[in-house]
Amino acid sequence: MTDSPQVKHHGSDMFEGYPVDTADTAGDQAVTNYTINFGPQHPAAHGVLRMVMELDGEIIERVDPHVGLLHRGTEKLIEYKTYLQALPYFDRLDYCSPLGMEHSYVLAIEKLLDLEVPDRAQYLRTMFAELTRICNHMLNIGSHVMDVGAMTPNLWIFELREDCLNFFERASGARMHSAYFRPGGVHQDVPEKLLYDIGQWCETRLPKLFGDAMSLVIDNRIFKQRNVDIATVAKEDALAWGFSGPMIRGSGIPWDLRKSQPYDAYAKMDFDIPVGTRGDCYDRFMVRVQEVYQSQRIILQCINAMPSGPIASLDRKVVPPKRGEMKQSMESLIHHFKLYTEGFHVPAGEVYVATESPKGEFGVYLVSDGTNKPYRCKIRPTAFSHLQAMDMMCKGHMLADTTAIIGAIDVVFGECDR
Amino acid sequence: MASPAPLIAAREGVGPALQKLLGDDLIEHVFAVGEDSITVRREAVAGVMVMLRDELDYQQLMEIAGVDYPERAERFEVVYHLLSVTKNHRLRVRVSTDETTPVPSIVPVWPVAGWLEREVFDMYGVLFAGNPDLRRILTDYGFQGHPQRKDFPLTGYIELRYSEEDKRVVYEPVKLAQDFRNFDFLSPWEGADYVLPGDEKAGGTGEAPGKGAPSPMTAQQVKVADDKAEKKAPAPTPKTTEKPEQTGAGAKANIKAAKASRDGAKATTAAKAKTPATKKAEKAPAKPKAPAKPRAPRKPKTGGDA
Repeated sequence: MTDSPQVKHHGSDMFEGYPVDTADTAGDQAVTNYTINFGPQHPAAHGVLRMVMELDGEIIERVDPHVGLLHRGTEKLIEYKTYLQALPYFDRLDYCSPLGMEHSYVLAIEKLLDLEVPDRAQYLRTMFAELTRICNHMLNIGSHVMDVGAMTPNLWIFELREDCLNFFERASGARMHSAYFRPGGVHQDVPEKLLYDIGQWCETRLPKLFGDAMSLVIDNRIFKQRNVDIATVAKEDALAWGFSGPMIRGSGIPWDLRKSQPYDAYAKMDFDIPVGTRGDCYDRFMVRVQEVYQSQRIILQCINAMPSGPIASLDRKVVPPKRGEMKQSMESLIHHFKLYTEGFHVPAGEVYVATESPKGEFGVYLVSDGTNKPYRCKIRPTAFSHLQAMDMMCKGHMLADTTAIIGAIDVVFGECDR
Repeated sequence: MASPAPLIAAREGVGPALQKLLGDDLIEHVFAVGEDSITVRREAVAGVMVMLRDELDYQQLMEIAGVDYPERAERFEVVYHLLSVTKNHRLRVRVSTDETTPVPSIVPVWPVAGWLEREVFDMYGVLFAGNPDLRRILTDYGFQGHPQRKDFPLTGYIELRYSEEDKRVVYEPVKLAQDFRNFDFLSPWEGADYVLPGDEKAGGTGEAPGKGAPSPMTAQQVKVADDKAEKKAPAPTPKTTEKPEQTGAGAKANIKAAKASRDGAKATTAAKAKTPATKKAEKAPAKPKAPAKPRAPRKPKTGGDA
């Protein structure tokens, strides 16, 4: 603890003839490690993160992140809700990419039910999942550059995020907590005009505004000084610490669940996986920047190839009938009533379904006992593993680098703490 | 598979390979819903993980989940989800334990296990032997109990609020304005294995009868009970309601109330003071009304307004 050099008294020969104060003053104390609290209310902590940091001067010796300040017992609540009622909880996990959270959950249910989903629903889900990725990266990229000192790009690309939210609103009626993906498909069809507008936006506004904002950052000297070679993570470390998403790709491992374990319409999409070379904060940032362009490609492919047809499974034991049908058919009315009171039963069994959420592998381990409620629904958050590696990543860096490291993790506490 | 869930190809020969590699430590290997899961001996889990990582290329530990099955002797299952990024395969490894028996920690194998084990400990109270930092992680500082256990109530025991008088946050026992309602939707035709309310006496299923009404008394018991009971005065004339006075209804409160209601139900007093109109109506036999026109069927609505 006290190995740092003692502040030396000046020799009295320098001050010949002057009275020298030899008593200890504050500045003469040996510099010892001290502990500070980073958060839980710190603007750069991206939420309620409390980190107990042990510092040697400005060098970080040890970090102990305290999470759980936003723990809401989501997993417990889900055990008391029917499968459909539990769906909106997922929007509230990672509230920056709500549809990405729903995606794993509905796929898990569909896998247990072995339910077929119509093509149009799969394309719509793929398209909105990618739009969610853009929406999420706009927030993360913007706040990352703001954490290291740049204000303007954040303001610019927040407009793009706003556009995404408007698209969600036009599709589902809600800007953030959409509850749009449903077991068996999506909640409702989208108007043709919306598809047209999204396509227009992807071709014109997104590349222009995003390109403008990134031109301020990518080659910026200050930005590079704050990010290059900060928190370098080797491939082996990335694997051992359970990294996923842009974090593992930043370390140079081309691992993307959309490619390796494709779900919905991803198998039919043509896109590339950007990877980093050094595994530092700058690489993680650049992976996200490139992913935005890849998402744009996927969205345009989805719109061009959007098939017509039903937007949800026609299995009336899972997906409720349309309102018009209910006015005509007694059976539809019964189905509707049963689905919204009792809900559907899911065959006993267990699945672990993980999708490539904007932040990494978001998994749902669903245990069903054959009733209408999940017996256990374990949520595998992305930030939990990444945040655990904070100690490993921060060690030896300066205090001011913490914000860049957290920004590059892309942590949202709704998801981390559940 | 019909569902659009993530496509994971089955790994060729993983069953025999696991059998050969793990030997007696492997209790069970199940392939269900397109996923491989194995059950291993609890004591051997750390060694098993090393072998799975180094021999079978499961490089990543993605998740550790606890599950509570209170009816089992070893009530907790600890479920590890492994991922192989080179073989593109997932494997689920499970061990079972109870409240007191610790599970060997796998932090030396994967450092990521540290927090994941802490979470299982926090939520279920499963102990991990060898975890260097087995503190609570998600719950409050000073929390008691393990909230994900099935016998822990959803509402918890303690709630906190900001007290304006004390100018601080205070902890109090949970007080609910309304009891937590958990609706039981299990149909008695599909799998409800308990006695439904009202069915206690039926007992036709051959199962032990539920708590219900006591068995009927024998004639002898009834006679003894009657003899013991005090002789009471005979009941007064049985109460009947044959006349309006016997209904117990008093006089009408005001003139308006005495009037017959418009839908034809006459008040009792109205029968006495008949208006000319009503007299006339009584004499003339009621004309049979023309049958109502059948309604035209509604046009089916096209287009979804749902």
